[in-house]
Amino acid sequence: MHDPHDHAHDQGHDHGHDHGHSHGHAPPPDDPSFRSEQALAARALRLLLEEAGVLAPGEVARQIDRMDAITPALGAAVVARAWTDPGFKARLMATPAAACAEMGIDLQGTVLHVVENTASVHNMIVCTLCSCYPKTLLGIPPDWYKSFAYRSRAVIEPRSVLAEFGVTLPDGIEVRVHDSTADLRYLVLPARPAGTEGWSEERLAALVTRDSMIGTAVPAA
Amino acid sequence: MSARFRPGDAVRVTAERPAISVGRPHIRTPHYVRGQRGTVAEVMGPFRNPEGLAAGEDGLPKQVLYRVRFPQPQLWRGYAGPAGDTLEVEIYEHWLEPAHA
Amino acid sequence: MTTNPEQRGLHDMGGDPDHRWSGPVPRGEHVLAPWEKEVDAIRTILGRKGLQTADELRLGIERLPGEDYARLSYYERWFRSIVYTMELKGILRPGQLAAKLAELKARGA
Repeated sequence: MHDPHDHAHDQGHDHGHDHGHSHGHAPPPDDPSFRSEQALAARALRLLLEEAGVLAPGEVARQIDRMDAITPALGAAVVARAWTDPGFKARLMATPAAACAEMGIDLQGTVLHVVENTASVHNMIVCTLCSCYPKTLLGIPPDWYKSFAYRSRAVIEPRSVLAEFGVTLPDGIEVRVHDSTADLRYLVLPARPAGTEGWSEERLAALVTRDSMIGTAVPAA
Repeated sequence: MSARFRPGDAVRVTAERPAISVGRPHIRTPHYVRGQRGTVAEVMGPFRNPEGLAAGEDGLPKQVLYRVRFPQPQLWRGYAGPAGDTLEVEIYEHWLEPAHA
Repeated sequence: MTTNPEQRGLHDMGGDPDHRWSGPVPRGEHVLAPWEKEVDAIRTILGRKGLQTADELRLGIERLPGEDYARLSYYERWFRSIVYTMELKGILRPGQLAAKLAELKARGA
């Protein structure tokens, strides 16, 4: 999930790559992050909250495992099903949490809103005020999404930002930016690429990158 | 609870803070839409008010949340893109008033 | 945070009103350090237990002095906000974190 080379074909193989993280006991002594002041402060906070009874022993470790298990592959599977099953797609647009639950995905209370790319509209998501993101479906957001440059520029010059991501859209397509300012978390439903007729859901899901579900990429076959 | 506005309604984000938001250290209405005219794209229903939640309060009464669409060239002087580009923002009802034609 | 809550905070940066951030979007992605995952997990659990809402987290970040907001990393900002809320609610006593940190260092942890 946090592999810096986050290509589409990594989506299904993200689990199990994150070895060596602390599960509440000391990480390996050569882990450079362990010695830093901030790392110790985080540990101090956790220990104090456990002592205060706010956190149960092992609760943080279990939550880390839970978070690690969520990768963009979950979102890609939802998109692939929407591409192949019109009834599911309709349910996804109308009641996203229930549709995700059909696939065994628990959004944990996230109010998801799905915006569909069409021949006339390309959607792009940003949270200018902080970095709101559908973490319970896509996992941890990428650093660039949280960056001040993205947060500042996505609303005022989306096409310039898209160009940096290698996406150029004709003037006739409306670029619609969504600023995630309140309680909703957004999923872009990208357009199904041409030339994928008859493909299985699994094969289609491999085309759906994390960035295409944020709106800074377009899937291609 | 009934929504004051419907999809398609022309609304304006108040330039001044609504009464209940005066002095609140945390708001979720971005500066760049203040005083701007937009169109209600969708009515999302009632949510607890983040201005109160941030202060450890219960966030009641709930406010209806709207997704409001703005034309990009209207928001940004010299917008470097086609006139049809838009921006949608989630705005709570107490920040909206009817926009006159 | 500004002393006047009516003034736009640094975090309200759509369109780059402070003319500070309009460079290329940095594309490097870092693997989260264990402590960052820990902070993320603590925040999620506190949210689930009603001990810190998302908006309390946000306010804790927005109230950081401007230069801290600009300088600190994402999870460093989260960390500061969590500590602020915990102290505000009396779950942590002032100075308790510093004392625990000193204890951990003394232990050679």
